[in-house]
Amino acid sequence: MNLHLPDFAPVLPELTVMLMACAILVIDLFLPQERRHITYGLTQFTLLGGVALILVLATPDPRITFGGSYVADPLSDLLKSAVLLISAVVFLYARPYLQARELYKGEFYVLGLFGVLGMMVMISAHSLLTLYLGLELLALSLYALVAFNRDASAASESAMKYFVLGSIASGMLLYGMSLLYGITGSLNLTGVAAGIVAGLTSPDLNLALVFALAFVVVGIGFKLGAVPFHMWIPDVYHGAPTPVALFISAAPKIAGFAIAIRLLVDGLAPLQESWSGMLLVLAVLSLAIGNVVAIAQTNIKRMFAYSTIAHIGFVVMGLMVGNEQGYAAGMFYVLVYALMSAGGFGMIMLLSRKGFEADNLEDFKGLNDRSPWFAFVMLLLMFSMAGIPPTVGFYAKLAVLQSVIQADLIWLALFAVILSVIGAFYYLRVVKFMYFDKPVDDAPLTGSGDFNVVLSLNGLAMIALGLFPGVLMSLTAAVR
Amino acid sequence: MIPLSHYLVLGAILFALSVTGIFLNRKNLIILLMCVELMLLAVNMNFVAFSHYLGDLVGQVFVFFILTVAAAEAAIGLAILVLVFRNRETINVQDLDEMKG
Repeated sequence: MNLHLPDFAPVLPELTVMLMACAILVIDLFLPQERRHITYGLTQFTLLGGVALILVLATPDPRITFGGSYVADPLSDLLKSAVLLISAVVFLYARPYLQARELYKGEFYVLGLFGVLGMMVMISAHSLLTLYLGLELLALSLYALVAFNRDASAASESAMKYFVLGSIASGMLLYGMSLLYGITGSLNLTGVAAGIVAGLTSPDLNLALVFALAFVVVGIGFKLGAVPFHMWIPDVYHGAPTPVALFISAAPKIAGFAIAIRLLVDGLAPLQESWSGMLLVLAVLSLAIGNVVAIAQTNIKRMFAYSTIAHIGFVVMGLMVGNEQGYAAGMFYVLVYALMSAGGFGMIMLLSRKGFEADNLEDFKGLNDRSPWFAFVMLLLMFSMAGIPPTVGFYAKLAVLQSVIQADLIWLALFAVILSVIGAFYYLRVVKFMYFDKPVDDAPLTGSGDFNVVLSLNGLAMIALGLFPGVLMSLTAAVR
Repeated sequence: MIPLSHYLVLGAILFALSVTGIFLNRKNLIILLMCVELMLLAVNMNFVAFSHYLGDLVGQVFVFFILTVAAAEAAIGLAILVLVFRNRETINVQDLDEMKG
């Protein structure tokens, strides 16, 4: 009997992250608290090393390995690099916050790295099995991270809610997968697509396929946080420690977009008409509920939660269009969103200090008097989220709307524009608080050097990418 | 021989039971965790039935992975449950209402 080893070269980035996460887990055990920066340094080294490995190994042709259950293609290279880079930024933002609150522990970094590994596996999944395993690795790490601050009552409550709703989502997705396996006889996404083409000829199987598809879409909707499967997002953002909320809000959305592409576009392409209709409903509801409910929030983390839901509405709209242009626009949007969200939560962390959480909108009052520069950075982030030119958020919305209009859904584009205008209200309210109100809190801002530099760059990226949107846009168009 | 549809109906009933259990249960978080487990087992029933019917072992391999993940999930779920109990001294679902809006 011959034993064929799979080709390990395409999975080297994942292997590196996995081995380093295990190594950091053990190394951290032997470090005293004052040497915790070694854990942090190793984590950042792993993330940046992973990006370097992906770029070195990148080839224009897709490479499928592990018996057809894993694929490395330009799409996965781009999304994985984005996930790793944004996670590196997240860990950098999180550090001063954790240090000030006696949460500066190795578990945060180890769980975070395993979550990143889960996202990488999701992005590169080419079979239902790898997709599920990546999803669960991410989800289990996130549940534990939300409950990370063990003495906070709100954190444990939101961890429980996240756990139960996340498990329902996994269960739904899995049930859909089991039906897909039964109908097509394959777990491999190529095999699933081929099986569906064969199955569509019989009316009985046709119905079963749509049934399975509905479960899959519910699962993906839950993971992305699209209305009506968004209930967990506000509570998790609100209850989780701010660095964890930041982590959940940024990179996992990219991974969620990736599984939607893998599963719906690669695997269930023959059912495109059916899932487009379902995604249309999700997009319309997300835009409406996200933008309208965000207005009523006084807690800025909850406001960001509803703003996330509204942004996800745009991403889902791009997917819904169902052509290359729409996928590229959705991908551009989700990448830009992750960057904006990281910056927004970074600002909350800049304003917070030991014993004080800047999680109310009021805490941003008079920021211009306290620090004109960071008020300007926040202004850029808010303008970008609202979609005001020349920031990149405008081009992200424009790209999605263009693809929607070309698909002859003018009413949907109009609807999205009207709700974006409504949504601009709560972003501009933050700007008004910063520039036109008196500060309620005069404490100096607490950022350290690297934190301030990266946060400033994050804000400036909004305008830089906005002035040269072609760079990122051509990248997303090329991989799709 | 028992036809495939019997197994699928059993799987669907178990799945529906677990979903109703999650939404109807207002008293106890442990029952919620049990429902989550039941949901995964219902899926396993489907996979094993299909795998046998198709004569394809891959479905049974998937079941092993689901069982492993379910064990990890139960561990994390119970750990969070212990945290909730330590912070609140209750595991009543209705008492999880600190955050609203």
